[in-house]
Amino acid sequence: MSLPATAHDVGLSHEARSFWSRYVFSTDHKVIGLQYMFTGMVMALIGGFMAYVFRMQLAFPDQVVPLYGLVTAREYNALVTNHGSIMIFWVAMPVLIAGLGNFLIPLMIGCDDMVFPRLNRLSYQIFFVSAVILLLSLAAPGGGFGGAWTAYPPLSASAQYNHTPWGAPLWLLAVALEFVAFLLGGINFTVTVMNARAPGMTAMRIPIVVWMIVIASLVFMASVGPLVAGAVMLLLDQVVGTRFYDPKAGGDPLLWQHLFWFFGHPEVYVVLLPATGVVAEIITVFARKKLFAYKTILGTSIATGIISFFVWAHHQFVAGIDPRMAHLFTITTLLISIPLAEMMFAFIATLYGGSIELATPMLWALAFIAEFLIGGVTGIFLGANATDIYFHDTYFVVAHFHYTFFPIAIIATFAAITYWFPKMFGRRLNETLGQWHFWGTIVSFNAIFIPLFLTGAAGQHRRIYSYESFPQLSTPWLNQLAVLATVALIVLLIFQVIFLANFFWSMRRGEPVGANPWNANTLEWSAPSPPPHGNFATMPTVYRGPYEYGVPDRELDYWPQHVPS
Amino acid sequence: MLEWLIPAASTSAEEIDWLFTLIFYTVGFWFLVAQGIFFGFILKFRRRPGVRSQYIAGESTDEKRWISWPHYVVIACDVVLIAGAIAVWRDVKQIIPTPDETIRVVAQQWAWTFVHPGPDHRLDTPDDVVTVNELHVRNDATYVFELSSRDVVHSFSVPVFRLKQDAVPGRVITGWFRPTRTGTFDIACAEMCGIGHALMPAVLHVESAEAHAAWLGDRTTVAAASSESRS
Amino acid sequence: MSHAADLHAAHVPIATRRSATGIPTARLAVWWVLASEIVIFGGLIGSYVMLRLHHPHWAEEAAHTNTLAGAFNTFVLLTSSLAAVLAHQAAEAHDGPRAARFLGGTILGGLVFLLVKGFEWSNEIAHGFTIFRDVFWSYYYVACGLHGLHVIAGMVIMAIVAADARRGRNLHRVELIGIYWHFVDAVWIFLFPLFYIAK
Repeated sequence: MSLPATAHDVGLSHEARSFWSRYVFSTDHKVIGLQYMFTGMVMALIGGFMAYVFRMQLAFPDQVVPLYGLVTAREYNALVTNHGSIMIFWVAMPVLIAGLGNFLIPLMIGCDDMVFPRLNRLSYQIFFVSAVILLLSLAAPGGGFGGAWTAYPPLSASAQYNHTPWGAPLWLLAVALEFVAFLLGGINFTVTVMNARAPGMTAMRIPIVVWMIVIASLVFMASVGPLVAGAVMLLLDQVVGTRFYDPKAGGDPLLWQHLFWFFGHPEVYVVLLPATGVVAEIITVFARKKLFAYKTILGTSIATGIISFFVWAHHQFVAGIDPRMAHLFTITTLLISIPLAEMMFAFIATLYGGSIELATPMLWALAFIAEFLIGGVTGIFLGANATDIYFHDTYFVVAHFHYTFFPIAIIATFAAITYWFPKMFGRRLNETLGQWHFWGTIVSFNAIFIPLFLTGAAGQHRRIYSYESFPQLSTPWLNQLAVLATVALIVLLIFQVIFLANFFWSMRRGEPVGANPWNANTLEWSAPSPPPHGNFATMPTVYRGPYEYGVPDRELDYWPQHVPS
Repeated sequence: MLEWLIPAASTSAEEIDWLFTLIFYTVGFWFLVAQGIFFGFILKFRRRPGVRSQYIAGESTDEKRWISWPHYVVIACDVVLIAGAIAVWRDVKQIIPTPDETIRVVAQQWAWTFVHPGPDHRLDTPDDVVTVNELHVRNDATYVFELSSRDVVHSFSVPVFRLKQDAVPGRVITGWFRPTRTGTFDIACAEMCGIGHALMPAVLHVESAEAHAAWLGDRTTVAAASSESRS
Repeated sequence: MSHAADLHAAHVPIATRRSATGIPTARLAVWWVLASEIVIFGGLIGSYVMLRLHHPHWAEEAAHTNTLAGAFNTFVLLTSSLAAVLAHQAAEAHDGPRAARFLGGTILGGLVFLLVKGFEWSNEIAHGFTIFRDVFWSYYYVACGLHGLHVIAGMVIMAIVAADARRGRNLHRVELIGIYWHFVDAVWIFLFPLFYIAK
């Protein structure tokens, strides 16, 4: 995996900097950011392939899946478990927080690197090791862990029940290491934004995406601790033979569920917030509009972060918790729709009076809003405790959270990549291929998950390897919906070939661009494309907020943050 | 509305379907309005030569009311939905009515065991009928179930009843249902419970009082006969 | 920080030398590390407390922990924290060797703490109170073990800091390792009553 040889790099090549020191063991925040991004892309391909295999099994049960073979129940469970784990922990997290955070934070706040460059490198290395361990766990004796990404004990705690003596502990170890990597990264991000800002970069002039990454890092830091403790206990249960979660010995299986969801729900917002930040950056640039109500958006994201700590038990309405508790969590869960709805209103209001150009990054950003709204409104059915009784663990849930996670991890990521690609590599992506890729991905994405809302509403449970034993839940029309979803998935995967081709071709052959191809305001566009080690020729000073577009009485419709009045 | 996709066969199912419909129309309205305005803006404010964007900070109260008013309406809708959810949940989960029959449901990897009380309507008596992967209930009778698990977490799911309850080892969790239509329906495990998770189906028979009595009669005779032959 | 200063010294990132909040970067980082540690120990201690409330018989198990040894260790840790404070004072006065000596005292405290702990554990294990005996003991060993690992890590870092300080280098780190050590101390202040006194 090599980065493009740009004019700048060629200029440096006479220096004694080997490939290893420049791309593998670099402490440069941009290189580390790209390392996270590329690792995330590779993991996304693996996770996508897993989805292909188990969707094929669902559409055409017990037939040989091309490129894979027969899918057994054991393999099916391992595939769904690891698909979920990979897409959240090894795709959404590294790309949106670590990748974008590393690449953007120093550039956007106007400094040359993170405050702890070597800690930054260590965090990536731990993350890389965690990814390797996870992939190795799939080949371990007994197969990969198949107890769902939520890993409820006692199933996950004992090989006697899960029959994956190596897969389960390795999976848990990988997840725990991944947490450590992001704790280190999050501390680095937070301290960098607190202390390394350029002169004049006051709190209310920080671009929203930087705010979002910091808030997400803090929410992650505050929510993951109990789960780290829980993971230590679970690992000891698995490996040493303690019985923290074994009711027969006085342990409590529900304890894990609380620890897991106390982290697991805030985690949704941990990845959501950076994605909304990306959207905010892009819609302002391509609508040439000031962000509508910056402070309100900031307030709603902080409110979302705080409320997200009080909603976790909505995942456990039918888990045997006190029924009276469910009311409390229904109220908090529906309350969290308020700041998020307000944030979406502010984004839509930003479009008002704009001069909207539908370039590829803008298409992705707008698609995020349109699709995330579907994810948002369908969440109400699940947050309301009474309807959740029926929908819990059905395909309705699967469709709902894919309408949140797909916009977050895929749509916002494509928005970010297409928008910052010129800054990353100094060249433009091909616009025509970008548009094809966009429409192919969006249409097929909806064709996957709208059918799953229906199968879920018709009662089909998730994580079921074959419905043949359930006459009511495997009617012909339900099976046809499953086939439709699977075909759509294959189409979606094929369209990603266009993206990969465009990405790698444009990296080397794309049209070269100057420092500021989008006429944007934020500081990263004042650095050369791609920025050299050290980022800025002259360290910038900031004179205004990041969204001064269309300011009256100015010739230009943008006003970069670093340009003196 | 859910009945278009799957029959509703219990009193709880009717209430939950009512709540579903309420939420569907409320959020459906929101969804259409939000998407309508969203796409309207995209179309209306497409880039045109010579037309510059407007400069709106959205910081003054006057401007902010465009998002704060909808926000208040969202709060109002949330309150309505919360009230609906709480009311239905109270009926379905929180208040357990006096049962006509009590049954016991035991989950394990990977099968369901059902203990029916038999003709004397009491559990733990010799006429109890124990079945595996087969549950027989009387239509229009209120049932309370005691749910437990022998090994890992399972979930007792009866889609036509809109009933779902995790079975947690070490606990006995009670719930209830009252069937409203006869027929044969699916029971499934809804919580990942290991390799055989997809292979723990059970069949629910909702029968008229006569048919149920006849089935019980058959089973108790068989049970009595087999216990006699054993002794 | 002025632009001119920004431009000189291109090799060390300027980012590491800025302080927009006025709080030194390293100290900020230590506080955030401790914040993330607090929630880890918080989760562990919180779940222990919740389960303990549901299991009255844990009190009988807790009767077998050695309160005297725990009390002695509390005293040892508090004393070692005092030494860390004195080391910080010495570092403020730019007296590296003196700071190093006090840090040595703190390390000695950690060593005594671990020795007492080792004595306790071997005694308990010899009498059958192993990690497998009951979930109470599982919590006991995991909570104290995790805390013990923090003590060991603190001692190692402190040895490095002390070696530096003796030569008058990186004196600001004396304060940072002190903050960490107080945290380790504070965790023990929670563990001691929960596992040794509550019976």
